[in-house]
Amino acid sequence: MYFKRKEFIQIGSLATASLLLPKFLKAFEGQTMVPMGNKVVVILQLSGGNDGLNTVIPVRNDLYYKARPRLGISKDKSLLLTDEVGLNPSLTGFKELFDDGSLGIINSVGYPNPDRSHFRSMDIWHTASQSTAYLTNGWVGRYLDAQCNGCDKPTQAIEIDDILSLAMKGDHIKGIAVKDPQRLYGTANEKFFKEVMKNHTDQKGEHPADYLYKTMAETLSSADYIFRQSKMHPTKAAYPKTDLGNSMKTIASLIFSEINTKVYYVSLGSFDTHINQEAQQQRLFTEMNDAVKAFVKDLKENNRFEDVLLFTFSEFGRRVQQNASNGTDHGTANNMFLISGGLKQKGMINALPDLGDLDEGDLKYKVDFKNVYATVLNKWLKANDKEILSKQYEYMNFI
Amino acid sequence: MSLTNQTKNQHLMWRAGFGPAVEQLADLSTYSPKQFYKALVKSSDKKPEYLNVADDYLQGLYMGIEEAGRQEKKELTVDEKKMVQQKNREGVRNLNIFWLQVMVNSSAQLREKMAFFWHGHFACRNLNVFFQQSLLDVIRRNALGNFRTLLKEVSTNAAMLNFLNNQQNRKDHPNENFAREVMELFTLGRGNYSENDVKEAARAFTGWGSTLKGDFQFRRFQHDDGSKTVLGKTGNFDGDEVLDILLQKKETAQFITKKLYKFLVNEQVDDAKAEWLAERFYKNEYDIAKLLEDIFTSEWFYAEKNIGAKIKSPVELLAGIQRMLPMKFEKEEALLLLQRSLGQLLFYPPNVAGWPGGKNWIDSSTLMLRMRIPQMLGEKDEFNIKPKDDDDQMMGRPSTVQRMNNNDDPKATAMKALGRLNKPIQVNIDWSLYTKNYEAIERESLLGNITGLLLQAKSQVNPDLIKQFSDQTGRDNFIKTATLQIMSTPEYQLC
Repeated sequence: MYFKRKEFIQIGSLATASLLLPKFLKAFEGQTMVPMGNKVVVILQLSGGNDGLNTVIPVRNDLYYKARPRLGISKDKSLLLTDEVGLNPSLTGFKELFDDGSLGIINSVGYPNPDRSHFRSMDIWHTASQSTAYLTNGWVGRYLDAQCNGCDKPTQAIEIDDILSLAMKGDHIKGIAVKDPQRLYGTANEKFFKEVMKNHTDQKGEHPADYLYKTMAETLSSADYIFRQSKMHPTKAAYPKTDLGNSMKTIASLIFSEINTKVYYVSLGSFDTHINQEAQQQRLFTEMNDAVKAFVKDLKENNRFEDVLLFTFSEFGRRVQQNASNGTDHGTANNMFLISGGLKQKGMINALPDLGDLDEGDLKYKVDFKNVYATVLNKWLKANDKEILSKQYEYMNFI
Repeated sequence: MSLTNQTKNQHLMWRAGFGPAVEQLADLSTYSPKQFYKALVKSSDKKPEYLNVADDYLQGLYMGIEEAGRQEKKELTVDEKKMVQQKNREGVRNLNIFWLQVMVNSSAQLREKMAFFWHGHFACRNLNVFFQQSLLDVIRRNALGNFRTLLKEVSTNAAMLNFLNNQQNRKDHPNENFAREVMELFTLGRGNYSENDVKEAARAFTGWGSTLKGDFQFRRFQHDDGSKTVLGKTGNFDGDEVLDILLQKKETAQFITKKLYKFLVNEQVDDAKAEWLAERFYKNEYDIAKLLEDIFTSEWFYAEKNIGAKIKSPVELLAGIQRMLPMKFEKEEALLLLQRSLGQLLFYPPNVAGWPGGKNWIDSSTLMLRMRIPQMLGEKDEFNIKPKDDDDQMMGRPSTVQRMNNNDDPKATAMKALGRLNKPIQVNIDWSLYTKNYEAIERESLLGNITGLLLQAKSQVNPDLIKQFSDQTGRDNFIKTATLQIMSTPEYQLC
């Protein structure tokens, strides 16, 4: 067997560290080697309800300009993709990806009986529930449950954040939230926690105390694992010094390591543009554009772009008609970006929304977001989407 | 091994209240649990005061609403609207902090604990502070009363009717949301009604709404007074009669009892006990106080398997620490930050189903934060966590934390200069009451005593380890640091 020096040291030190771990965590050891070609999903959540119509702009549609006398983005300002479609001027990198054949746009994504409350609609996207049901686990979490029955690998899904989203919580296994691997739980009391763990003999009981200890053990050892992995092949590429830039850099470094992570989750916001939308959306899009651009360039240079699928979503789109404060209010269906070097279907995947056929001023959805999830789960992650989504949704063809 | 009165009374205080208070510590071993419970009931006797946090501006505007309504809706300007929104948001925050203080300081522990249960049961988000205050008042007044009255008052409350879209529920244009949640979440529980029952019940609730001021309003012309069939009964029912039909079903008593058992006794429900309680709850015509007495005066409530077997909710954790260690937060905002980061912000339930509770409270982030809080209070650790934004709350504005991190913001720069950035949690703990309690204890038994008082679950942490990580210079220093260290263990998350 051939080990590169760095990897060898890494595995060596993991082995020592694992002597300190309770038995049930030792599953880690044999599973650190992830082959090239490991398919990874990066989910980019645009929190607050991004205005899809000013993101992917129907530049030849009079109804659009009529509904948005001040907010509408003119054809010559937008970045033209086709005769009919322009991108928001801040999304220059996305335009390059489009030209390059590595960007897909799905229009009119939503769900039946849309909810216009942020928290409820986000809940529905996170749990992939029907709008009349309330679930306490998320779709990525259920993927972990299904994928990883009996083993303990919370690092299979990592959220770059301080707090874990509902989407990442399964019944048995929950993903892990990490803002910065360098300072993960870096607390004055860290030594105490480690000593507490060291002294603890592992029990597989059903008592809540066992659950707490198990979570604590997983957290500390995952923190260690993620930290070591992030230092293995830290990317040398330049990233913008923004929150999202840092997050994408962390994700890239982890993708280049041998970590077992399949799903990365990161959020950007707030897109809740009730007032003065233009400046706010521009600021956020610039952050998104620059970070994603650097990320894609980095992946390409390391020959991993084919293995990574990034998609964006928002809890809802916004009303077609602008409001009186140069903003837009909560709406329904929205578009999603797909970015990968391995897309089967590129460019405009379906038609632009029909602005002549609205539901009380809101877009009608044409694609259920659960179809997108099903496609990603089944075709990209090779998981049992039917079990995870409790229903067979139709697959799409972008993968 | 038989359990001591102290352990049992601590158990009672954690479940029937927000944990033992430092002033009570001496009483814990003096009285029997029966006596203790009696005292708890007595101190919750009084009708609670209405919690009002609205400031003069909002109050004035609110009082004028009806007047304005009569004069053909005097439209607010854009700036006024913004102001009202902001004032409401601040109002709900203040209401949160105020109620949390009541949970910590009130002697009506049983009442506030049950109000906290109903707050999760009748989960409701509403950005109107007056509506929220009124719903909270309904819940606190009826917390120990009759479930029928409670259900009916909640169902006619503006906060709930608006939240569940019953304003849009009209004859020939039904909106089923309210009817569905009343059946699924407030009374029967899933599986005990059909889709058709929901449809028919929704018709009975048509025309139920509220005035701008929040008073219940029955809009007769929007009400469908035709014949409906709900759960096998047929008639020209109105909403009130449908609620009665739901209460006639034993399933409602069973559903509520089981949920309460999980909340007060154990997440693992003992079906026989729950069934027995439900029978009596039903027979006692939904008398909540009697149901509680059945639970808290039973032998089995004090069984070892029920003690230390519950994961504290974030609010229980935060209130419990403050009851044991009297403290003042320099910025009360900190309490909101903590609630949000731990996943339970009062008045902002995740959805109408309320907080799922139990193991759902715990993931890697929340567990580590929980165990760091004591050191943050003791100033050895810093709060460096950015909670997720709640767009319903922010309405597109940057959060405090975002503002703090913005170098262009003069306020943030000023805060930085003061060295206060990233120090949202600053407290003054009044240790004297607490340390006084250990005066008579000999040094060798000190740690055992502290542990016994703080933990309900058996400690799995080696006492030597606690000693090693505590300040051994002097008695008081030891008590303080050992206390914070014990509070930083997984066991302290249990009650």
